[in-house]
Amino acid sequence: MGALWRRFERWVTRGQRPSSEPVRLTRRRIYILPTAQGYAFATLLFLLFLWSINYSNSMGFAFTFLLAAVALNSMWQAHDNLLGLVVDSSGAEPVFAGQEARFVFRLDNPDPKPRYGVALQGRDQPPCYTDLPASGATVVTLTVLAERRGWLRTGRVRVLTRYPLGLLQAWSWVEFEQACLVYPQPRGRRPLPAALSGSTGAGLGDQGLGSEDYAGFRLYAPGDSPRRIAWKAATRGGPLLVKQFTDQARPELWLDWRLLGIDSVEPRLAQLCQWVLKAESEGRRYGLLLPGARIPPAQGDAHRRRCLEALALFTYAEDTSHRHETAVEPEEPARTRATAG
Amino acid sequence: MKLPWSRKSRPERAPPPVELLTASALTWLLAALALGVAPQATELSVWLSVLFAALVGWRGLIVLRNWALPPRWLLLLVAVLAGAGVIVDHRTLFGRDAGVALLTAMTACKLLESRGLRDGVVLVFLGYLLVMSNLLYSQDIPQVVYLLAVILVMLTAQVLIHRQHAGLTALAPLRLTGRMVLLAVPVMLILFVLFPRIPGPLWGLPKDAYKGRTGLSEQMAPGTISELSQSGEVAFRVRFTGAIPPPNQRYWRGLVLWHFDGRRWTRPEEPPLNTPTPLTPEGAAVDYAVVLEPSNRSWLFALDLPARLPPHARMTASFQLLRDQPVNEVYRYEMRSYLAYRTGELTAMERSRGLQLPPRGNPRARALVADWRQRDPRPEALVRSALTLFREQPFYYTLTPPPLSGDIVDDFLFRTRRGFCEHYAGAFVVLMRAGGVPARVVLGYQGGEMNALGGYLMVRQSDAHAWAEVWLEGRGWVRVDPTGAVAPNRVQQGLYAALSDAGLLPFLARRGGDSEWLRQLVLGWDILNNSWNEWVLAYGPDRQKEFLSGLGFGPADWTGMTVAMLIALGGFSVLYAGWRWRNRLARDPVARAWQRFCARLARRGLARGAAEGPLDFAGRVAAGRPELAAAVWEIARLYAALRYGPVAPPEQVRQLRRLTRRFQA
Repeated sequence: MGALWRRFERWVTRGQRPSSEPVRLTRRRIYILPTAQGYAFATLLFLLFLWSINYSNSMGFAFTFLLAAVALNSMWQAHDNLLGLVVDSSGAEPVFAGQEARFVFRLDNPDPKPRYGVALQGRDQPPCYTDLPASGATVVTLTVLAERRGWLRTGRVRVLTRYPLGLLQAWSWVEFEQACLVYPQPRGRRPLPAALSGSTGAGLGDQGLGSEDYAGFRLYAPGDSPRRIAWKAATRGGPLLVKQFTDQARPELWLDWRLLGIDSVEPRLAQLCQWVLKAESEGRRYGLLLPGARIPPAQGDAHRRRCLEALALFTYAEDTSHRHETAVEPEEPARTRATAG
Repeated sequence: MKLPWSRKSRPERAPPPVELLTASALTWLLAALALGVAPQATELSVWLSVLFAALVGWRGLIVLRNWALPPRWLLLLVAVLAGAGVIVDHRTLFGRDAGVALLTAMTACKLLESRGLRDGVVLVFLGYLLVMSNLLYSQDIPQVVYLLAVILVMLTAQVLIHRQHAGLTALAPLRLTGRMVLLAVPVMLILFVLFPRIPGPLWGLPKDAYKGRTGLSEQMAPGTISELSQSGEVAFRVRFTGAIPPPNQRYWRGLVLWHFDGRRWTRPEEPPLNTPTPLTPEGAAVDYAVVLEPSNRSWLFALDLPARLPPHARMTASFQLLRDQPVNEVYRYEMRSYLAYRTGELTAMERSRGLQLPPRGNPRARALVADWRQRDPRPEALVRSALTLFREQPFYYTLTPPPLSGDIVDDFLFRTRRGFCEHYAGAFVVLMRAGGVPARVVLGYQGGEMNALGGYLMVRQSDAHAWAEVWLEGRGWVRVDPTGAVAPNRVQQGLYAALSDAGLLPFLARRGGDSEWLRQLVLGWDILNNSWNEWVLAYGPDRQKEFLSGLGFGPADWTGMTVAMLIALGGFSVLYAGWRWRNRLARDPVARAWQRFCARLARRGLARGAAEGPLDFAGRVAAGRPELAAAVWEIARLYAALRYGPVAPPEQVRQLRRLTRRFQA
């Protein structure tokens, strides 16, 4: 059944390309089928119909037909509840592999009447319901577990409704280009490499704590050393803060791919990622060296992001002349979890 | 410290959470179920009504006070006890009353274990069954209107049990379901009229399926008819095609009783008639249609004597009309009768049956007849003597005759002399048989009240009557009504005028009594009921064929009906879709602007084809009117972008409206 369903989905959405623009749900892309409850209701009506025949009960027929007509009418209602709806995705903030990406969708109701019980559903996840005010919009967040670095997409997402009686489900498939950049998972036990003197690297600096200048607090970010968390501030409640130090005196670091002779690509990237975070949190100036990419030493959020991006989208080829630029994409759309916001 | 990514495995798939029923959903559900059971509160056993009310109240308190649901074992206990109670009450779990009682009890128990959506769905479905079960007891107008309201409440509960629709608050869900029901009515009417009906029953009906209907029973003993006479219920209504026969000619024949066991008159099996009309008419035919209320009996009523056979019915040699199935729905049939007639020869069986008497008993009556025969042995003389006896001796017509004992005919004729029609008819037939004249008792109704406003005759249970027939050489079976000899008013003006103790009659049976304006109101209400019966309740397989054939499209068979039904449904869908489209248009500024633009061009003879896209249309207009090309292209492109593109930005919509308003063809 599941496989058949997938095939049906592929077949009806064969013409649909992932969209980078808002999608309006038109008649042609709304589908409608009875739910399990709908089939049960149909069975009930059939029994009532037989009952009416058996007892020659004229009003029995009338009531059975009335309920059938109401069920038919609920088909229009369900259809109308989706028709004209505008769905848009603003993508998701970058995350590290192993974290959950939060894709933000916007459901826009252009009509001057409210819509109730509209849901967004990622693959294999329970639907996330919300109400849309008249001529208003609601934001729905689908949470996707980012399993691998690279670009992450939600794949086809269902917009659905069982309004008003729950007997029928109307739905539409939408797919957006907006993707989430997934950084490698920061992992590895190696200490930061020694700073080298010379053109390609920086020398090993004085690691004594006394030479660091306290530079204030910033919000905790994954990868920060627990030693630097402002535990005193944390016990008073409020967000986790990290003490920041700058040390202009210390030389630049080169986070070099070649320093890691260890096993395969991904653990190396994980270690590099870990280093980037660590170096940033320690307030060091650092550069990144990857086969085919060189990011000169710098410091700050933009630099950090640039490095992490390079790590996320890195493709390794033995022969660097055949390096390709394509992003790493998960073959299967990831599992999603949804929350309304 | 546990960091977000230190989790290695995928998060486990949690089972889908139970969608708990909201307080508002439960409130609507409780209201709907209570309203659905209410009409049966008097039919159900007292303990069951109390149990249902208590459990509904309990569930209501659980909602209000946030109490916990009762434990499983307690519910199970209540369910088992309730089931046992139903068995004790009805001696079975099957049948109409037991079935309804069980359904009520189990719904109440289910209510107390209902937490989630699935339970809510089950309860709503049980609720629909409960609503429908009310129709087994009554289908009259107030009941149907009431049940329609209950359906509305039930549908509202059905909307609200879906937690995701909980954004609908206050009366919004009721407005929604109200609109849905209104829109469902045309479809319901189409299905009701055109859905090919199948004659029931499909399987055996429970014995008590139609219990509790008043009407003539199959036998007659002192007291059976006088009891029935105290019901003001309508037995049937009649609409005549031509002139209406006078009251004393309105003998509505039901069944013929031959056998007398000394106390009780009963009806033997009679073979159906082979020859179509064993009567010779001596006057014009009377044509009419009868709408019979459900009686749970198979006999049909017709004026003396019927000369036509309704479908699925047969006639016996004694002119009884019997339908194949008991009349359990409002049943309409066309009839023809001859009020003046002669019947044929007496068969041997009729003679032996018509002269049957218990071997002994009623010696004084027999002696009296022997005395009459000595004076004049002709049958006509015997009839006259008997009627003279009733007319001249102090006999009284009363609803409350004293009880009879021993030889009941002797006791009545010579001691009490107070009786209702069954006493007179029974005694008369006994006298005739004792004198060697074949005679029989006929049960039916006599008279009926004219509803002048509605132009039809109402025959009530209080018009129930018994009379006699004697067989006379050369004339055949002749009707004799001995009650008429005692109380001529009974035949002329009805029961109320004839009785000395008419105060015992219910209001509806007091024809010709006081409070005329109230009576007018009653008659007006009856007109409504009659139309309801004739056009709605009596609309079964036969009436459907008759009605649809009468529309002039030829005889109606089920294929024709199905086709007509599908066409009608399709037509309605198109109308509805058109109406919705117009509504949408009224709300949609882009479409409205485009319509305006097209209308202006159409006035210049450039109408857009129904299937022509905006750009094709613009191309055609631009080719025909080059001076308009620029403006037309601009509008068409903008419209196409707004219509078929992703989302319309408000400033572009305004732009389109501005352009179309300024556009001059």
